[in-house]
Amino acid sequence: MMLPNIDIYAANIVPREEFAVSGHRACQGCAEVLAIRLALKAFGRDTIMVMATGCMEIISTPLPTTCWTLPWIHVAFENAAAVASGAESALKILMEKNKIPRKDIHVVAIAGDGGTSDIGLQALSGALERGHKFTYICVDNEAYMNTGIQRSSSTPYGAMTTTSPPGKKSIGQSTQKKNMPKIAAAHNIPYVATACPSYPFDLLAKIKKAKMVDGPSYIHVLSVCPTGWRIPSNLAIRYGRLAVETGIFPLYEIEKGKYRLTYNPEPLRHVTDYLNGQGRFRHLTTKTISKIQEHVRADWEKLKYLCGVK
Amino acid sequence: MNAKKGIEVSIAASIAAKLARVEVVAAYPITPQTHIVEHLSELVANGELDATYINVESEHSAMSACCGSSATGARTFTSTSAQGLELMHEILFIASGMRLPIVMATVNRALSSPLSIWGDHSDVMAARDTGWIMLFCENGQEVVDSIIMAFKIAEDRKVLLPVMVNLDGFSLSHVIEPIEFPSQEEVDKFLPPYNPLYTLHPDKPVTMGAYAMPELYTEAKYAQEMAIVHSKEVIVKVMDEFGKRFGRYYKPVETYNTENTDMVFIALGAINENIETAIDRLKEEGKEAGLIDLRLFRPFPTKELLFALKGKKRVVVIERVMPGGATNGPLFNEISSLAHSNGMNITIENYIVGLGGRDVLPEDFRDIFDEIKATPEKRTKSKKDKNFSVIGVRE
Repeated sequence: MMLPNIDIYAANIVPREEFAVSGHRACQGCAEVLAIRLALKAFGRDTIMVMATGCMEIISTPLPTTCWTLPWIHVAFENAAAVASGAESALKILMEKNKIPRKDIHVVAIAGDGGTSDIGLQALSGALERGHKFTYICVDNEAYMNTGIQRSSSTPYGAMTTTSPPGKKSIGQSTQKKNMPKIAAAHNIPYVATACPSYPFDLLAKIKKAKMVDGPSYIHVLSVCPTGWRIPSNLAIRYGRLAVETGIFPLYEIEKGKYRLTYNPEPLRHVTDYLNGQGRFRHLTTKTISKIQEHVRADWEKLKYLCGVK
Repeated sequence: MNAKKGIEVSIAASIAAKLARVEVVAAYPITPQTHIVEHLSELVANGELDATYINVESEHSAMSACCGSSATGARTFTSTSAQGLELMHEILFIASGMRLPIVMATVNRALSSPLSIWGDHSDVMAARDTGWIMLFCENGQEVVDSIIMAFKIAEDRKVLLPVMVNLDGFSLSHVIEPIEFPSQEEVDKFLPPYNPLYTLHPDKPVTMGAYAMPELYTEAKYAQEMAIVHSKEVIVKVMDEFGKRFGRYYKPVETYNTENTDMVFIALGAINENIETAIDRLKEEGKEAGLIDLRLFRPFPTKELLFALKGKKRVVVIERVMPGGATNGPLFNEISSLAHSNGMNITIENYIVGLGGRDVLPEDFRDIFDEIKATPEKRTKSKKDKNFSVIGVRE
C-alpha cells in the first residue's frame, strides 16, 4: 500500500550515498544511468553488481577507471543472469562454510533490452527457473543503442532504427514489442515489476520489494534514450512520463502472481502526445498511429483486468 | 601408499574434484562428459561434497556461472565435451583474460557435422588458443592427479589462469582402470583452501571485466600472455611437489624409448598408450621407435620438447583432428615451426588417426613405422597441397 503524499517527503528519505559516481561517459539526458543510480541507492552498499555488455558497461568502466563504488563484474553480453547465478551460489556456499562472514549481500544483474529480450533470454530464463536469490533489472531503451541504434525485439512497433528503417516497403519496426515482464512472470517468480526513472519513488519502492523477496525478482525499467529516440536531451524525464500517461508503458507489479497497478494515469492521453516530437516516430502516418493507439488501448484494458481495476 | 581401486575414469575424475574440495560446480550434461557431472551431482546430493551444484541451462551459462563463482572467491569446477566446449568458446577467452582459476575436465569428442558423440581432439584443438593452461592425460591415474594439480597451478598467485584437463572421450573416460586415490588429508596438505587475491565483496569493492581502449588493450593482453608463458615454472614445481608427496612424478613432456632411436612419434592423450604398445612390439622384432608424449600443451613446452627432439631425424606427429584447410594438423604445425626455427634437421610427417571414435590399434602405428622406414627422408619438401595422411580412410 502506498502512503498518501509520500512524494512530498520521500525525497528526504532517499539515501544520499552514491554508488554510481560522476565522471562516467553517458550521453546527455541518459535516463538509463539515472535509473541505475536510483536503483543502487535502494539496493544499498551490500550489493554485488553483474552487468551485461552494453551502454551502461561502456560508459562506466574504461580501464583503469570505474564509476561504480560497489563490487562490479562484467563478463559478456548474453550472460549477466548466468554470472549472477554463479556469484550468488558462491556467496551462499562460502557463507555456509564460514569462509566469508554471514551477511545479507544482494546480487543484482543489469542488462539492456537486447541483452535481456534477445541474446540473454535463455540465460535469464535459466536463472529465474533455478530460483537464485537475485534481482534482474532490464534497462530498456528500446534498441541496441550502444552499437548505433539497431532494432531489438523490444523496439516498439513503427519505430525507426538503423536496422528497421522506414522506406517504400517498410513502416519502420514491423513487430510488436516483446512483453518481457510477462515472460519473467511466467517463471512464477515472487516479484516482477515495471518502472521508469521519471517516477523515482515508484522505482525505489519496487527495488526495495525486489530485494526483500526470497527468490528471483525482475524489474523492467523503461529508460528514455535521447540519442536513440531523437529527442532533445532535456526531455528524457518528460518522455518517460508521457510513456506512462499514454498507457504505452504502464507501471505495475506482479507479486506472487498478483497483478497491481502502481500508478493509474487514467484518463489516458492520446499516443500522439508521446509519439510526436520523437525523431524515431516522425515518419508515422495517421493510419499507423491509429493502429498503435488501438493496440495500446487493448493492452491497457487487458492489464486493467489483470490488476482488477474497473 | 593407498590401494588401487578399479573404477571408471569419469567417476574417478569427479572423486578428484571432490578431493580438491570444489565449492561450486556449474555444468551442463553432454556425452561423453555425463558420468562426471552425474557423479558430482550425486556427491553433492548425498552431502559427501559440500558444494553448490548449479544446473545451468547451457554450456555458455556453465562457463559464465563459473566466472561469477570464481570471481566471488569459490573454488570452481566444470566439465564438458565437443559442442559444449564450442558453445562456451566465447567465455573461455574471458575466463583466462579475467584471470579466473577455474578448472575444467574436457572429455574430448568430435565436433559436428556429421554429428558424432565419439572421441577425437577436434573440440580442444578449436579452443587451443583461448589462454587456458592445457594438460592431456594418458590414463585414469593421470586424470585424477592432473585435476588435483590443476587447482594448485591455477590458483598460484603467479599464475591465476584457468586450467583444462583433457581426457579422451570413451577410450579413456569410460574405461575402468586401477587408480590410486590419495587420502583427503594428503590432498589437503598439498592443496590448501583457495585464497583469492580479489573477490566480489561489498567490504572491498572492485571492478572486474572493464574494457580497454587501444592504449591499454595490448598491455593487458601482454601481461596475460606473460602469465601463461611463466606459468610453466609453476607447473613444473607443482608436478615435482606432487611427485614428492604422492610418488607419481610428472613432466610437461614425457618420453618413451627415445634414447635408442632417432625416430619418434609425438601425440597427445590416451592414444599414447597404444603407441607404447606398438613400440614394445616393434622392439621384439628388433626395430626401434620412440614416443614423445606432450602432457602439457599450453603453455607449449618449447624447451622440454626441443630437448626431447635433440638428435632425432624422423618425427611422426599423430593427431586426432582434421587440419580444416590448414597446411597440416595444429600439433604438426607447432612442432614443425619449433624444430625448423631452431635449425633442426628433422623430417616431420603428419598422420591423422582416430577421428570420431575410429579405433586406432597398435598395428596402425606399426604400419606407419614401416611406411616411414620405406620412404626416403625429406618427404615433407613435397609441394603438394595435402601434406598429411589419414590412416584407414576409404577415399
